[in-house]
Amino acid sequence: MAGTTGSDLTRRSAADLAQALRAGEVSSVEVTQAHLDRIAAVDGAVHAFLHVSAEDALATARDVDARRAAGEDLAPLAGVPVAVKDVVVTKGMPTTAGSRILSGWVPPYDATLVERLRAAGLPILGKTNMDEFAMGSSTEHSAYGNTHNPWDLDRIPGGSGGGSAAAVAAFEAPLAIGTDTGGSIRQPGAVTGTVGVKPTYGGVSRYGLIALASSLDQAGPVTRTVLDSALLHEVIGGHDPRDSTSLPDPLPDLVGAARQGLTGDLTGVRVGVVRELNGEGYQAGVRDRFEESLELLRAAGAEVVEVSCPHFEYALAAYYLILPSEASSNLAKFDGMRFGLRVEPTDGPATAERVMGATRGAGFGDEVKRRIILGTYALSAGYYDAYYGSAQKVRTLIQRDFAAAFAQADVLVSPTAPTTAFRLGEKLDDPLAMYLNDVATIPANLAGVPGLSVPNGLVDGLPVGFQVLAPARADDRLYRVGAALETLLEQRWGGPLLAQAPQLPTVTEGSTR
Amino acid sequence: MSTISREEVARLAGLARIDLTEAELTRLAGELDVIVDSVAKVSEVATADVPATSHPMPLTNVFRDDVPQEPLPVDAVLAGAPAAEDGRFLVPQILEED
Repeated sequence: MAGTTGSDLTRRSAADLAQALRAGEVSSVEVTQAHLDRIAAVDGAVHAFLHVSAEDALATARDVDARRAAGEDLAPLAGVPVAVKDVVVTKGMPTTAGSRILSGWVPPYDATLVERLRAAGLPILGKTNMDEFAMGSSTEHSAYGNTHNPWDLDRIPGGSGGGSAAAVAAFEAPLAIGTDTGGSIRQPGAVTGTVGVKPTYGGVSRYGLIALASSLDQAGPVTRTVLDSALLHEVIGGHDPRDSTSLPDPLPDLVGAARQGLTGDLTGVRVGVVRELNGEGYQAGVRDRFEESLELLRAAGAEVVEVSCPHFEYALAAYYLILPSEASSNLAKFDGMRFGLRVEPTDGPATAERVMGATRGAGFGDEVKRRIILGTYALSAGYYDAYYGSAQKVRTLIQRDFAAAFAQADVLVSPTAPTTAFRLGEKLDDPLAMYLNDVATIPANLAGVPGLSVPNGLVDGLPVGFQVLAPARADDRLYRVGAALETLLEQRWGGPLLAQAPQLPTVTEGSTR
Repeated sequence: MSTISREEVARLAGLARIDLTEAELTRLAGELDVIVDSVAKVSEVATADVPATSHPMPLTNVFRDDVPQEPLPVDAVLAGAPAAEDGRFLVPQILEED
């Protein structure tokens, strides 16, 4: 097996691995074991995983190998392993959403997207770390410790899906699942040099996602290449009758759009630069990389125009009213009665109400308490119209801004995040500073439109991301433009950006075999 | 704009059924004040003529065929419960004694 050692396998794209599996050059057991070995070697330093499901993954891999040997017609990504964010329920596999209140909980069912991963034959490597209930932009709000950015272990991997992004960036998994409520797929992608896509709202089923804010949540792919995201998106996307917000429309041809983009030709594509998502508050290096990427798009034949979305400056404020309001309602189910933690009060009668208060006091972390109290306030009598009601009106204004902008451009673009990865602990005591990390990603969630982040360079050795937004149901445009920029940048760099990431400290490889 | 007192945080925590320590009440009162001041700017543009949007993709009349499906096995559901008895969730006393 010269040329297919474990470390080679972990550095290949999912598309390449799928091709090698189809050609019989390598087995799914070998590919899966290579990633399990990589996890054993580096995850002590990165801590992307909360749970590694080696036996389950290898069982799937053996099954896929047997079916392939029997000549069965398999899904395109069959045998390529995937990591799943711990907010997605997995039957027989612990699911905590990063919260102490769900410590040790093993769900009795699979999310629809997990069923689809299993049906397509993707071995599930394990569950990835995240901010508790997806509340955060750094993964520091996990009850189970920090995840470290593979580019600099003293820095945050973004959030809330820092575990999925770090797993992919550290070559622990070729594919991962994230969820994006205000940027939790795209912002970690930007700060770890990986690709992340938030599909159109309703494009991927929410059945089996532990809900944060139901009108904003959307699951999507986390990968190292744009084509890999398209391939994974096609596995998990499409209508699900168990989610009443699931779009009945068929998915556009996402893989075809990514392949078209890889030709590097964007002739006739109108690219709108959102004036309000640049400039003040964005690190100078982030703006430089953004301008360079715009130049490449122009050179590829795109027509770059400036568009204005005047209400985007109110998006962050609206988001931090809508999200806490919905979260305060969604998280009411964690009452210590049917699943997870139960804590009895230290004194007085152990009534259901008092047990609920004690359980939630002990089981929720600081950020979750902060947002539930904020949401309870925004929804309470006397404040509802001024806060939640006004935020819903801002949502209308933001949708109108998008509609006007998409009349002038096929896609909109901006930097994904205003800064590179900050140091662990740097913003933990300043909630407002933490919230600003999602300033460029939140408008898409409020309007339900799809968004992608693709790595577009380094600033002082740390990656930055380029965001592409498209109209609802036009996710294919993300893949065409994202893949085009990716291929043009990689021609300039002489390879993928992650090839420039520092070597991670490893414990002896293969020691877990 | 608004000031959120420690007492107000305690009242909200009661509504949200979260026991908070004295230190948490004090810290949250300060933090929420800053956050609420910041998010209150939504009222600047939320004029009476703007309709509210609750959902990004308005779908209506979402139905599916009324076909009975296999429910989850009772044992599997109760396996994750803090306490169970006789095939049911075992919960604390629901009503106060007074």
